Amino acid sequence: MNLLARYAECIFWMARYMERAENLARILDVHETFARDTRGMTNWFSIVQLNADEKDFFSRHDRPTAEAVVHYYMFDTEHPNSLVSMLRMARENARVLRPWISTEMWTQINVFHNKLVEMNRKDVALPNLSKVCTWIKEECQTHTGITEGTFYRDQGWYFYQLGKYIERADQTTRLLDIKYHTLLPSPLDVGSTLDVSQWTTVLRSAAGYHAFRRVYPRGMTPTTVAGFMMFNEGFPRSVVMCVRQIDGLLTRMKSRYTLRGGSVAMEKVDELLGALLARPIEEVIRGGLHEYLDWVQEQLSEITNEIGRAFFGQDTVAAAQTQTQ
Amino acid sequence: MRRRSQDAERELYNLGITFLVYSNKDAVDRILPFDIIPRVISAREWAHLEAGINQRVTALNLFLHDIYHDQKILKDGVVPADLVLGNGCFRPQMVGLDVPFNTYIHIMGVDLVRDREGTFRVLEDNGRVPSGVSYVVENRHMMQRVFPDLMQDIGIRPVDNYGHKLLDAMMEIAPQDVADPQVVLLSPGSYNSAYFEHIFLAREMGVPLVEGRDLVVENDRVYMKTTNGLARVDSIYRRIDDAFLDPKAFNPDSMLGVPGILEAYRKGNVALANAIGTGVADDKAIYCYVPRMIKYYLDQEAIIPNVDTRICREADALQYTLDNLDKLVVKPVGEAGGYGITIGPRASREQLAECREKLLADPANYISQPVVDLSVCPTVTEDGIEPRHVDLRPFAITGKSTWVLPGGLTRVALKKGTLIVNSSQGGGSKDTWVLQDGVLQDGVQEGSAS
Repeated sequence: MNLLARYAECIFWMARYMERAENLARILDVHETFARDTRGMTNWFSIVQLNADEKDFFSRHDRPTAEAVVHYYMFDTEHPNSLVSMLRMARENARVLRPWISTEMWTQINVFHNKLVEMNRKDVALPNLSKVCTWIKEECQTHTGITEGTFYRDQGWYFYQLGKYIERADQTTRLLDIKYHTLLPSPLDVGSTLDVSQWTTVLRSAAGYHAFRRVYPRGMTPTTVAGFMMFNEGFPRSVVMCVRQIDGLLTRMKSRYTLRGGSVAMEKVDELLGALLARPIEEVIRGGLHEYLDWVQEQLSEITNEIGRAFFGQDTVAAAQTQTQ
Repeated sequence: MRRRSQDAERELYNLGITFLVYSNKDAVDRILPFDIIPRVISAREWAHLEAGINQRVTALNLFLHDIYHDQKILKDGVVPADLVLGNGCFRPQMVGLDVPFNTYIHIMGVDLVRDREGTFRVLEDNGRVPSGVSYVVENRHMMQRVFPDLMQDIGIRPVDNYGHKLLDAMMEIAPQDVADPQVVLLSPGSYNSAYFEHIFLAREMGVPLVEGRDLVVENDRVYMKTTNGLARVDSIYRRIDDAFLDPKAFNPDSMLGVPGILEAYRKGNVALANAIGTGVADDKAIYCYVPRMIKYYLDQEAIIPNVDTRICREADALQYTLDNLDKLVVKPVGEAGGYGITIGPRASREQLAECREKLLADPANYISQPVVDLSVCPTVTEDGIEPRHVDLRPFAITGKSTWVLPGGLTRVALKKGTLIVNSSQGGGSKDTWVLQDGVLQDGVQEGSAS
């Protein structure tokens, strides 16, 4: 059966917003826990940096206090990267997709969104923040589970998975980038108590702490953590793992549905995967991790654009679609 | 019972079975309030209604074919020609065009009321883009979830094959040279107040729900934009009014439509349901002539009578209306949704004066009817179970032949005393049970207002 280009785009973005929401909830949660451990040393601002929201944030707040940052990322409806905004976008896409997705998928997102909107500042005061974040995370995971169990496996499923893995890869690079950037002013700091606890935070944010321990029981260095998050072949949030998925999904989708477009996107994914596998982490760090991560993010964004051109009809029908509702 | 009623409303909200209400610039998701006490119709009563609706749809389709071809009924003076040809919904583009099976109104909703004597009467025909059928099916599902115990072994005729019947009709009317026609549902988009219904019907039919921007016309053929380029579309259930359907042919400002679709339709390359130009048949003024139409085309009496209606464009009818303003319901002919109606016995002196002014200024824009004391059904209210006024909108699907969904949408005026059941004005709905043959043969008593 044919899949409307507009639907494919909505599915892709619904998956991205849900994945993004889960990641943000993880980051807020871990940050809060971490903040309690090192009283006075909390840097809520790093969350703002991680999302590259500095300019927007300071246009509305003077200082990155815990309260301001949490509100900005939970409930600020004018902030497109807040959980409320993400859920609204996910729900809007799901609403358009109701003829396509399962009723259970729609109902869960709808209820999730409505509950989140009904929450107030008190519900997410710092002592409750962790509980709320856990709830959000669980709702996102419920979404994942319902999707896995009920989403009919046709083209739409591929676009869903593509959106999810592109977003996940992007999130991992951002998480790593900001922590690496701020945590490693000089290699001499490596091994300090603070350093270890900060890197633990990074791993916990990506639900990778225990797996990391299992792989590296003896030590924790910025290099091993960065390597684990970039290149590990078993860690579900590692960039390599995600890009491998994207590669396989595009190839299978194109051949199964004999889609004409998508060759450029596939080439770009192959290039990215090749580059990721070409160099060990030590070499990447020597060359500049920040620049490397930037480049990966650009590639992911290019791949998104190519998918858009190939399947969402963004070039050919752009003129006809300028209408807005 | 109240708890189950609350469960039901919560579930509707969670499922997003809602319509959008626009007020103060905000769009609010509202559920159609659901009353958990079903309205019951016996098999015998239903057989009568079904025959009546069938007859009415047949006559209206004959009428449409006639006025877009030989216009015999106008020449014979049965229906005044200017009422048809001067009607804003009469589409000259349809003149001389043949449509499959001569069916124009593929989906029809007939608004029925029951008067003091217990006689069902037609209050209004809906032959453009009638809505509400999704609630019929969803209300049944809701009853099954909330009262599984109650519904066992009663013998209620099912309603959930509506989508199947609709798809069959859409396939029947598709261009004959297409082996496996692609059907789509064309919606104005997710901000339309009936969007939930569009979703519902697309799902039930298993067809794509498209918007105008998803379709293009090339060489007088309609295509939809897919992930694999353009794909041919053969049959369109459109939920967009004529005026917005094709900016090239009708309203040039329409953002919702598909430029060139009329020409594709005229060439027979795509089917549209309902056909273009059906609005002239469900006009409130034309309504008055439907019983005569039935006589003219079918040589039968109307099985379901009209409500006694006066057309104020006729001098004596206007005079009668003005003389009895406080006893009559006055309706503008162009409006839908219960807007602009004056109910004489319930109107204030000022409202009556205003109505009189409007009538005198533009008599042709109004009809008048006696107040029909709508029948009542027991309904759950704040103060326990109380009688509330109801109407009934059954739905008929016509491709090659006509099928009537057993039941229909029972709308209920939830506010005490009010007769207006429209969802936009505080109405709710009930599940409507048409009983299987052999159950409750004697008919079901419904109250009349006291």
